Amino acid sequence: MGNGKAPEWLLPLALLAPAALFLTFFIAIPSVQALQLAFHSSSGSGSLEPFRRMVSDTRFLPALRNTLILIALIIPIQLVLALTMALIAQSRRRGAGFFLYVYAIPLAISELAAGLVWLAIFTERGYLNVILHGLGWIQRPVIFLSYERPLGILLAVVVAEAWRATAIVMVTLVAGLQMILGEYWEAAEVFGANLIQKIRYVVLPLLRPSLQAALIIRTLFAFQTFAVVVALGGGVLPVLASEAYNWYVGAHNPHVAAAYALVILVLSAITTGLYLRLLRVRPEELGR
Amino acid sequence: MKGRSWVGDVLWYAGAIALALWVLAPIYLIGLLAFSPRMAVYRWPRPLLPLELSVETMRFFVTATGTLAATWNSIVVALFTMILSLILGAPAGYALARFFFPGREAVRMGILMTRMFPMAILSIPLAVTFIRMGLYDTPWAVALVHTAMALPFVILITASVFTAIPRDLEEAAMTLGCSPLSAFLRISLPLALPGLAAAALFTFVISWNEVFAAAILTLRQRTLPALVITVLNESPLYFRFAGGFFMVAPALVILLIIRRYLFHLWGVSGR
Repeated sequence: MGNGKAPEWLLPLALLAPAALFLTFFIAIPSVQALQLAFHSSSGSGSLEPFRRMVSDTRFLPALRNTLILIALIIPIQLVLALTMALIAQSRRRGAGFFLYVYAIPLAISELAAGLVWLAIFTERGYLNVILHGLGWIQRPVIFLSYERPLGILLAVVVAEAWRATAIVMVTLVAGLQMILGEYWEAAEVFGANLIQKIRYVVLPLLRPSLQAALIIRTLFAFQTFAVVVALGGGVLPVLASEAYNWYVGAHNPHVAAAYALVILVLSAITTGLYLRLLRVRPEELGR
Repeated sequence: MKGRSWVGDVLWYAGAIALALWVLAPIYLIGLLAFSPRMAVYRWPRPLLPLELSVETMRFFVTATGTLAATWNSIVVALFTMILSLILGAPAGYALARFFFPGREAVRMGILMTRMFPMAILSIPLAVTFIRMGLYDTPWAVALVHTAMALPFVILITASVFTAIPRDLEEAAMTLGCSPLSAFLRISLPLALPGLAAAALFTFVISWNEVFAAAILTLRQRTLPALVITVLNESPLYFRFAGGFFMVAPALVILLIIRRYLFHLWGVSGR
């Protein structure tokens, strides 16, 4: 320093301060209060009772299992679909802009609305059965969303979420792609790289910051999947977030609800840590 | 030229159209149900073409108690969330992308950590706080919580957007006499705009989608998803489908309005 300028940490501090204060007030403080809820019984004394009630509930293990299965199925499908859409929209062929617009449409569709849209397709007299009947494959409607077969509901949720949330991943990837791709892609073309090689050696490495953001966003949201499950399953398919909601709104027990939320929190923390390790942005790449 | 062969074109259009149908067909089908007579939902079999149009189902939903007020609340909440998130989040994202300062990684991790706390848990203590402040059951309360929810992502997305813009460009501009501020405004900001637009859209969607906090923080001033989910199980199928379409319709309108702006932005360096 010594040239009369303000110290160089002052500007980033000033840029970060408003967001940091807001997050402290609206997330950090309520979170600490919520943590206290999870470790206190309804009578107010410190105890592990909320966790005991949560684990002994017959819906706990199915909720945990369903949430993990949903994430394992949905996230890879979304990434592959989104990358395909982003690359298609990146082409210079006629109509690429139109397709980008079409693929972006689900961006503004709510999780709840998406559940209802796919309910119209998967319900007993829904359009999937109408189409299968029209093709002559079935005579009477097939029941996909049955109380006896939660697997059908689970797959319907996977389809609905792949349909809805892929657009969010795609927009993040397109925004990242279009800033980095052009000349690298052309260079790869000049050297005769095929499509797979271009994706493997050009797109994925350069897209790492965007992929990182998209992956973390989608996974954290997938742990809270709720409305689409309610719309398609009506409570038959428990997931962690729907159990937290039911314990708070239905059973008026914020303590067990907070315990469920802590499970979501721990799982989110583990996966985010993994992503940051696997996709770490190295300092020398930051200037690019 | 490679990539210009007709085989490539055919494959590209086949894939592009298949994916477009995947996105559009479900919207068409729920629109078809929303504009069919109420009892069409229960008919079997049923045509896939709009042979029997009617506004009966939609009128039933729109005139149902609370629908219009909830729609207005949803719009107010989402707009307020979008504006506040960008004002607070974009500078923070820029700081994380451009500056090395002590504790930068800790700040980054702190931002991620805050987001991991699920909405249900944030909403309960905040409901108590908002009752004390007289903010409970208002769109502003919901918007503040939605901003808290969206802000970490706006920061991370903008950070990753600014990270992808070469720092050298800004430095070159300063070498040529630009102040740091004008280097930012003339060089980094225009390059970042597509990413910032993505962040803004995404924020609007987060708020519009959100049902958890909205259902807990409101009683009479429901947002649209909060209203629909609380009456879902007692509602007939045609009410749910009309509600689904009513929530989907803004997607088409919003993206149509900003389409030119979007494509202009995406075209900046898209060549």
